[in-house]
Amino acid sequence: MSVIVFVEIDNQQYKKSSLEAICYGKKIAQTMGISCIALSLDTLSDTATLGTYGADRVISLSHNAAFTSDNSAQLLADACKQLSAQIVVVSNTYTGKSLAPRLAVALDASLATNVISLPDTNGGFKVKRGVFSGKAFAYTDLSKNTKVLAITPNTFDIDNSGSSATVETLVVSAEASKISIDKSDKEMGKVPLTEAEIVVSAGRGLKGPENWNLIEELADLMGAATACSKPVSDMGWRPHAEHVGQTGITIKPNLYVAIGISGAIQHLAGVSSSKTIVAINKDPEAPFFKAADYGIVGDAFEIIPQLIHALKN
Amino acid sequence: MKVLVCMSVVPDTTTKITFTENNTHFNKDGVQFIINPYDELAITRGLELAEANSGSVTVVHVGPAENEASIRKALSMGVTDAIRIDALAIDAQFVAEQIAEIAHGYDLILTGRESIDYNGGAVCGLLGALLNIPSANVVTEINYADGTFSFTRDIDGGREMLSCKGPVVASAQKDLCEPRIPNMRGIMAARTKPLQVLPPKDLINASQVSSYESPAPKSGVKLIDPSNAQELIHILRNELKVI
Ligand SMILES: Cc1cc2nc3c(=O)[nH]c(=O)nc-3n(C[C@H](O)[C@H](O)[C@H](O)COP(=O)(O)OP(=O)(O)OC[C@H]3O[C@@H](n4cnc5c(N)ncnc54)[C@H](O)[C@@H]3O)c2cc1C
Repeated sequence: MSVIVFVEIDNQQYKKSSLEAICYGKKIAQTMGISCIALSLDTLSDTATLGTYGADRVISLSHNAAFTSDNSAQLLADACKQLSAQIVVVSNTYTGKSLAPRLAVALDASLATNVISLPDTNGGFKVKRGVFSGKAFAYTDLSKNTKVLAITPNTFDIDNSGSSATVETLVVSAEASKISIDKSDKEMGKVPLTEAEIVVSAGRGLKGPENWNLIEELADLMGAATACSKPVSDMGWRPHAEHVGQTGITIKPNLYVAIGISGAIQHLAGVSSSKTIVAINKDPEAPFFKAADYGIVGDAFEIIPQLIHALKN
Repeated sequence: MKVLVCMSVVPDTTTKITFTENNTHFNKDGVQFIINPYDELAITRGLELAEANSGSVTVVHVGPAENEASIRKALSMGVTDAIRIDALAIDAQFVAEQIAEIAHGYDLILTGRESIDYNGGAVCGLLGALLNIPSANVVTEINYADGTFSFTRDIDGGREMLSCKGPVVASAQKDLCEPRIPNMRGIMAARTKPLQVLPPKDLINASQVSSYESPAPKSGVKLIDPSNAQELIHILRNELKVI
């Protein structure tokens, strides 16, 4: 029996969200007295470092398949079966979320996405999930023997325990994929919004797309990803991938800075789980101030330059 | 081209989410229900593709009779016919397994990227696996030519172009299209369009919500003097140590 953690690689590095997943998997494995195995479809030269985060075994899959959602899931399912997986942990990223459902079917497992707690295994298997786009949480009992959990990035700590792992290769196979990837465009080295630790976000208060150089400069200086409110992406000021809120992306960074965003209930839904929230708005009655930890009542065009100046010093 | 769109019915986005019976049930009191916003996009793009390829669009909904008003709304957008599987949607796996029973014979199956109530984002992939067909998650473009579907989808940090023959299942993301607004003729026609009600398949639950919790309220905002905005950077750097 084992806990299997699916590890993602980006830009020749293990993703931070995947290290969180290993630490998470290790804790479950310890509670259940079984081993924690890290699996990846790709191999890096420093595979062994995954052991320092808690993996007992690191296994790279040897296969000759393309990485489409259908056959990646088959490859992983094959590995999970060979390794008697009881729990499978993936990150709640686009990659993780496209694999998790297919894995759940292949393994006849219970599936939970948006997981934000370790399981409570006292007399069952209960996890806490984010629901209603951040407006609530649901404690969910998973009843099948095998479980697939997609855990929310930025939720669990990474501990480097310094332990070590065995490194192995496992031969797996999948049917030929029925779908082909014709082209992939990735902005290298850019942290996806869902995984960012700091997010600087702006709304209609910025007046127009030409003013986003201020937001980008501020974000760069803070090491932040950028986001926006719905009308801003509806008007095409910013790409849809930056739209956060109930009908956009739900995020959970350590720091969310909202500038010129009113704080409508649909917007707050997607960002209220952020650990620290800063609101900057010229309207003292803006609802965002009720949801924020820190606030500045003032004109964005006067405040942002001050912040940029302070960050440069 | 035969298109099937899986539709969920969710609380209106302005709803304040509360619970009853000792936090074990979602409080539906006074809540207005709408078609899941992503599913409106799926319906609209499904209609556009079917219209261009002399096809039809069927919507399927797993839910109780009280959700039929939303199904009629989908029909008024131009959908050909509807199926309601008469059961409470327990979780994404339950919904996908029910839909898989009726999903054969379609060229394109569409879902929303996620349902904005339970945010599972899983029905697309589950259906793909259950029907053993490819799935494309979070798509912002769907085109069809010479028997091949092509998709653009969001991936972590970028986008990807995919193509395949049908049948295929894809989940709709913002940017796919502008949701179609029903017109008077559509609303009149929807009244008499076929809406078939089917009993659910017997299934063992894969999951069950035991209780809900609301987020802890914020303790109150600390205001910083706008003429001394650098104070914010000082706090973030030295007190909270987040930057
Ligand atoms: C079905 C549905 C789904 C929705 N989903 C989402 C969602 O997912 N995400 C989302 O964001 N919204 C969503 N909305 C929209 C939401 O209701 C709000 O309309 C939206 O969030 C407002 O965006 P905003 O704050 O950028 O703009 P506004 O409401 O116009 O607010 C702009 C703010 O900027 C301030 N401001 C103006 N000038 C300045 C300045 N110079 N300096 C500082 N502050 C300034 C103003 O005081 C105001 O508070 C949804 C709505 C519906 C109906």
